[in-house]
Amino acid sequence: MLARILSGDTPRSPILTVALLVILFVLTLAPFLFSGAQPLNVAAKICVFILLVASYDLLLGYTGIVSFAHTMFFGIGGYGAAIALSRLGPSWSALALGIFIAIAVAGMVALVIGLFSLRVRAIFFAMITLAVATAFLVLASQLSGFTGGEDGLNYSVPEILRPSFRLFEQPIFGTAVNGRIVTYYIVFFAALFGFLLLLRVVNSPFGSVLQAIRENEFRAEALGYPVVVYRSIASVVSTMMAALAGVLLALWLRYTGPDTTLSFSIMIDVLLMVVIGGMGTLYGAAIGATLMIIAENYLPALMGKLGEAAAGIPLVSSFLSADRWLLWLGILFILSVYFFPTGIVGKLRTLWQDRKSKATQKRDGGTTGEAI
Amino acid sequence: MPDPLLTLEGVHTHIGRYHILQGVDFEVPRGSFTVLLGRNGAGKTTTLRTIMGLWKASQGNIRFAGQDMTARPTPEIAAAGIAYIPENMSVFSGLTVRENLLLAARAGKIDATRLEWIFSLFPAMQRFFGSAAGTLSGGQKQMLAIARALIEPRDLILVDEPTKGLAPAIVANMIKAFREVKNAGATVLLVEQNFMAAKMLGDAVAVMDDGRIVHRGAMAELAADHALQHRLLGLHMDAHQ
Amino acid sequence: MTDRTAEREETALASPPIDWIPILIPVAVALIALPLIGSFSTWVTLTVAALAMGMIIFIMASGLTLVFGLMDVINFGHGVFISVGAYMSLLVLRPLTGWVESPSLALNIGVLVLCILVAMAVSGMFGLVFERLIIRPVYRQHLKQILVTMGGLIIIEQLLHVFFGGSPITIALPQNFRGGLAIGPDMIVERYRLIAVVIGVAVFLAMMLVLNRTRIGLLVRAGVENPEMVEALGYRIRRLFVGVFAAGSALAGLGGVMWGFYQQTLTIGMGLQVLVLIFIVVIIGGLGSIGGCLIGSLLVALVANYTAFLEPKIALISNIALMLVVLMWRPQGLYPVVKV
Repeated sequence: MLARILSGDTPRSPILTVALLVILFVLTLAPFLFSGAQPLNVAAKICVFILLVASYDLLLGYTGIVSFAHTMFFGIGGYGAAIALSRLGPSWSALALGIFIAIAVAGMVALVIGLFSLRVRAIFFAMITLAVATAFLVLASQLSGFTGGEDGLNYSVPEILRPSFRLFEQPIFGTAVNGRIVTYYIVFFAALFGFLLLLRVVNSPFGSVLQAIRENEFRAEALGYPVVVYRSIASVVSTMMAALAGVLLALWLRYTGPDTTLSFSIMIDVLLMVVIGGMGTLYGAAIGATLMIIAENYLPALMGKLGEAAAGIPLVSSFLSADRWLLWLGILFILSVYFFPTGIVGKLRTLWQDRKSKATQKRDGGTTGEAI
Repeated sequence: MPDPLLTLEGVHTHIGRYHILQGVDFEVPRGSFTVLLGRNGAGKTTTLRTIMGLWKASQGNIRFAGQDMTARPTPEIAAAGIAYIPENMSVFSGLTVRENLLLAARAGKIDATRLEWIFSLFPAMQRFFGSAAGTLSGGQKQMLAIARALIEPRDLILVDEPTKGLAPAIVANMIKAFREVKNAGATVLLVEQNFMAAKMLGDAVAVMDDGRIVHRGAMAELAADHALQHRLLGLHMDAHQ
Repeated sequence: MTDRTAEREETALASPPIDWIPILIPVAVALIALPLIGSFSTWVTLTVAALAMGMIIFIMASGLTLVFGLMDVINFGHGVFISVGAYMSLLVLRPLTGWVESPSLALNIGVLVLCILVAMAVSGMFGLVFERLIIRPVYRQHLKQILVTMGGLIIIEQLLHVFFGGSPITIALPQNFRGGLAIGPDMIVERYRLIAVVIGVAVFLAMMLVLNRTRIGLLVRAGVENPEMVEALGYRIRRLFVGVFAAGSALAGLGGVMWGFYQQTLTIGMGLQVLVLIFIVVIIGGLGSIGGCLIGSLLVALVANYTAFLEPKIALISNIALMLVVLMWRPQGLYPVVKV
């Protein structure tokens, strides 16, 4: 049953299993485990980014495509919901329309870019997506009549999702179940659903073909798989999921602007999360996103303390200052590409496999030893 | 017998997951004109590329002029005195004929007498000296590729199917040029499918099949023994004769 | 002005049969823009500005395209060398404010030359380190190349943050380079733009000279076509590549100084911003082609300047549109580099 939900793709490492269960447990009960706005905010962001990063991994890890336009599709989702809600008012039908249009537009744009540039070499695609994403960012911040420009859009959400709404009269486990918590669960379940769907995709025959293409494009083509079509479909699926993640973020923040969805630094974050978590395994996306978001929210404070401690030493303190954590992350990123190309998840899996095979060897070695 | 110039011993080469050379043994005596024959896919080109260091041998060793060359990088192998004329000729089409030759003359300038000699072998090279190599015909490109290997004295010249796809008249011209090169005392290892050309040029012969050498001997012997030819090289030889 | 551009191209493409059509496109664009703009003097101003911008972009893009052509390496970190170069000019400008403000032309030129030299030296050195640490382990692996060079970009950007702080820094042009110069009735062009054009042309000519008249240039041109054959002739292409990489990074640094003065504001992200433009340029020109790189740069700058004047909203996506049009016509760029 569980294996079926996971599409047969089990974690294959006890440490990983425990980590994933902890993440799932905490995210499921987040509203009741913590108090205050900040932890719930972090939890919601983790949900959104797990979906966003997992959808990016479908491209990068499973298909071997480097796209720099993933945040563009994230943004299309966010702006779709935002524009619909601010133009048509805070109704469910407006939200549904926004979601539908956003996901459709994302898929179509991805298809056009894909058919246009996926037939050429990987670097071309990377460069073209970077250019297109930049143009989109410029457009979004300039067409202020439509997108709110640099300031972005503030809007109201349907009533049930507002903080003032109470789902139950009485608090549950000492927590009043308000509209924010309802929103959180929408975000949580949508992200979980999207993640499981992606898991299904990558473990389907379609996913195997994608990996075959990644390993050897020419052979896949020679075996009769139309490479461009497969890549384009992967790209469309991935971007639609990214748009969904954008919608969820828009719903949670009740604000959408260039900085929250489109900016290049988010693209870098996503890249870091995929690579550090582990390319080519969706669980890596979950681990990477969780670790990075927690680090992003709590590490600067820690580094700030370190920086203060080193305040006496001029240069060291600026290297340790709270704003410089990206520096260390960049170094970690490069090291992980070189030394752990399969990321945390890949490393955990090989460790476990080594231990298992060593254990079997020991058993076998033990018997022969007795014989002597 | 003096030391051979080039010796291959049990050379294996893998390309990706394919095991192409499966233990190649043969030698090229100094001053000889050795022809490497074999059907398509037998591993002839891979052998030349492995000698040149363009593929790395996974096993075995390659000795040239008394030195071990097996793990050396390509530029060092070339600098030791081996010239390579690949199958696709690989002339630099954006460079002129002069620039192509200039690049091959590592001293930085072209030796005038050698250039005269090359012009006498291939008059077309003189005519198109200042033209871009990309504008040459296929046969002329082949001549340029050979000229590039001759522009400075090299101990060993590796040639991969120089007559492939050329018109008979040009092939005849090419054979004449190789005779000259041979008479000038160069050692040549020639990969060839055209048995007639091979017969006219070679003194020694090695035949490859499935990544191994299946026959070694004097060319005259093979040329005289039709049954052997038929067994080693199959029917397609007739088409060339 | 445009005629001279065409002449420069002729030397660029030396002896092979010249494909004229791409060369004529920037000229045609300029000529078509003239009646649309209406005023001749405005057109001159816009065109000079575009030439200046185009030459700066060319300086920055040429290294990237050569590095790609020679070793099939795509460096997403190239943009950061632009920022490094630009910020290095601060090392000169800050102590030598007197030279900047001095009315003496000689001191003004001196300070500019010093900025350029320091920037080129430092970004060239960064390039050497970058090649060694970041790129060397991932040859022939495009996916990893994109990832680690991006990582390198983050690290160097952060280092700039550490040493120079994150907020934008304004810089002043040397005294004599400020303001405009009347070049005819009603026609004023900014002095610095003329200087940028002059430096750009000088760099281009020097590059052509090196590529076409020296042995190293010969090796580079041959190596772009077929690196393996260059090795088989006995040359170490790796060493050549390291040299070209460092030179390309130094040129990016030079471009950074020029771009910094052009904008008169330095931001750490400026390199990455321009990188997008550079990518468009090298894609338009054909990856690996120097001639294509020049035409691409000029074309991008001309189209950007003209549309910014005629229809500002369209200007935002004019580059992308240009790229799509070119790719529909020639999917490998204006001058596809023949690879074996």
